[in-house]
Amino acid sequence: MTKKQRSTLIRIIVSTLLLAALWAASGALASAMTALGAPVPAAALIRLALYMIPYIIIGHDVIRKAFKGIKNRQPMDESLLMCIATMGAAILAFYEDMTGSVGEYEEAIAVMLFYQTGEWFQSVAVGKSRRNISELMDIRPDHATIMTDGKAEQVDPDEVAIGSEIIVNPGEKVPIDGIVTEGTSSLDTAALTGESLPRNIGIGDEVISGCINLTSPLTIRTTKEFGESTVSKILDLVENASSRKSRSENFITKFARIYTPVVVYSAVALAVLPPVARMLFLSTDPAWGTFIYRALSFLVISCPCALVVSIPLSFFAGIGGASHAGILVKGSNYLETLSEADTVVFDKTGTLTKGSFEVDAVHLSPLSEEELIKTVALAESASSHPISVSLKKACKKEPDLSRVSNIEEIAGHGIKAVVDGKNVAVGNTRLMVDVGARYVECPDDAGTVIHVAIDGDYAGHIVISDVIKPDSAAAIQHLRSSGIKRIVMLTGDASKIADSVAKTLGISEVHPELLPQDKVQWVDDAITGRGAEKGRLAFAGDGINDAPVLSRADIGIAMGAMGSDAAIEAADVVLMDDNPLRIADAIGIAKMTLRIVKENIVFAIGIKLLCLLLSALGIAGMWLAVFADVGVMVLCVLNAMRALITTKSVA
Amino acid sequence: MKKSYKIEVDCANCAAKMEEATKKTEGVKDAVVNFMALKMNVEFEDGADPKEVMPRVITACKKVEDDCEIYL
Repeated sequence: MTKKQRSTLIRIIVSTLLLAALWAASGALASAMTALGAPVPAAALIRLALYMIPYIIIGHDVIRKAFKGIKNRQPMDESLLMCIATMGAAILAFYEDMTGSVGEYEEAIAVMLFYQTGEWFQSVAVGKSRRNISELMDIRPDHATIMTDGKAEQVDPDEVAIGSEIIVNPGEKVPIDGIVTEGTSSLDTAALTGESLPRNIGIGDEVISGCINLTSPLTIRTTKEFGESTVSKILDLVENASSRKSRSENFITKFARIYTPVVVYSAVALAVLPPVARMLFLSTDPAWGTFIYRALSFLVISCPCALVVSIPLSFFAGIGGASHAGILVKGSNYLETLSEADTVVFDKTGTLTKGSFEVDAVHLSPLSEEELIKTVALAESASSHPISVSLKKACKKEPDLSRVSNIEEIAGHGIKAVVDGKNVAVGNTRLMVDVGARYVECPDDAGTVIHVAIDGDYAGHIVISDVIKPDSAAAIQHLRSSGIKRIVMLTGDASKIADSVAKTLGISEVHPELLPQDKVQWVDDAITGRGAEKGRLAFAGDGINDAPVLSRADIGIAMGAMGSDAAIEAADVVLMDDNPLRIADAIGIAKMTLRIVKENIVFAIGIKLLCLLLSALGIAGMWLAVFADVGVMVLCVLNAMRALITTKSVA
Repeated sequence: MKKSYKIEVDCANCAAKMEEATKKTEGVKDAVVNFMALKMNVEFEDGADPKEVMPRVITACKKVEDDCEIYL
């Protein structure tokens, strides 16, 4: 609680007690007046003075603000409305006192009291929500520990230059992106990825700022400045996310701009027209008091606060909850678009599959599987082609480079090299034709086939394939069950491979053999072809070479983007880990947030209109009016906080 | 040039008013007030000096919403 909130709370308590005391003593007061034989005006003045004490205690700042508003020509604010309403009620009470009956001052004070209580509650609730959300996103490191002259020194992360060695002790956050140069440990990446299992790391591994070191000290050589590090980028992105306003928020701003003046003018009309009509046409008592009272209730209801507070808060909570689950949404508008998605287009490699190849089988080789892979790995030792990298990984052992010589890489064919004095050729069928080896086509059609020839004789082939991520199939199912109508896979791979992956995952629509520009074209056609239909198209890619597609789609989702600047730039939604299940989670969070937003809009506007109607008819008094103002707002704020509770699919 | 400032304000409606007032201030190209993060992002006109513009922004904001604070 801030100082201001505490003082408001004290004022609320004091004036409540005073009001209760006055109310309890009012009978005694009245009989005392009669006993003393005070004339009616004097008694009325004494009552006014007494009741003004709690009124001033609770309302002085509102009154002051209202007058400042008038002075600065910004009169249309709620302080003024509250002033007019409560002062109006007090004047009515005084008028009744003067005419000999007993006026109800209690109401004027109680309304102000209610209003302040509501404001206080709102301020506390919003503050609490803000803190909750910030805590979820609390990944900002406080300091970095650097070694100077053999002594550890804590400095501001901003002051650490690229290439410095920093020390991260267990329990501390990694402050800056870098590479481990000493130590092994496990890292808690939950704040970044939502992934609950710790990640084991050792020398040579890249670490990303924002992770928490769990077990033992690490020395890290920084590769970026703090401002360029993952943690700064994410914080910047999330903090600015709510600046990109959604259509709902813009609607509310516009609505509020019209709503308040309309209600104020209606109030004036309500105060003037019925009494005048009664006088002129019905020739009855104009009942000015009644209608002015009803008009005052109108004024209390006119504040659009419930809407202007709860709608942005819902989005803010949704974005905060999502970021806690490892899903960064760049703006409220994207959350809104995401909730309307009915088509999800996937890029295959790196999104549904791991993007790294594994050896499926070795066929027709005179050598043992292990021997063949080792030979091939040696021949490919100098190549950085993804296939070579995967084969080297399959070999497991570090290649002994002294066994290889005369490496020759022939683009589009493969590699020729001398291994242990033998001429080894590794590549596709064209290379086999070149070296005169009689190759055999592979009957297994789901993977990429690498043929091998040794000294011109065919030595079998290795079938490798891209591995489907373990959660991909579940992700597709989740998407279907969450109402995504059309799921499409785009890939640059051959149709055999694409079909086989699609079949495994249960995707019916596949477009293979697309170059990056074809993918953009396809997405463009899909969006324009759909015309004015309602649904939105989301594209999910790994963000490495599909930036143009990410930006063309209605909403671009980049996966596994931890540390990839290009992806964070191009995408609208960034998934911190590369688990495709998060796409369904993200859509789920978006839908939930938008449902809450709609609930709040309907609830707040509905209750307000109902209360306006009831008070115009004189069925409800100012009490209900105050509920319509602050009660609805508090309920909406509480409802908005539900968006913070995010459900996450397992794994 | 863009700069970000911490602010203190009580209600979302008031934050919206501050945003309007800041946008109209001379030397300011665009402004976004983020009530939730209690931050204000101001984009200045080319050649405008934030040190010279910001006091005007504060005066303008105080005028529409007495209860606000901008930390320079």
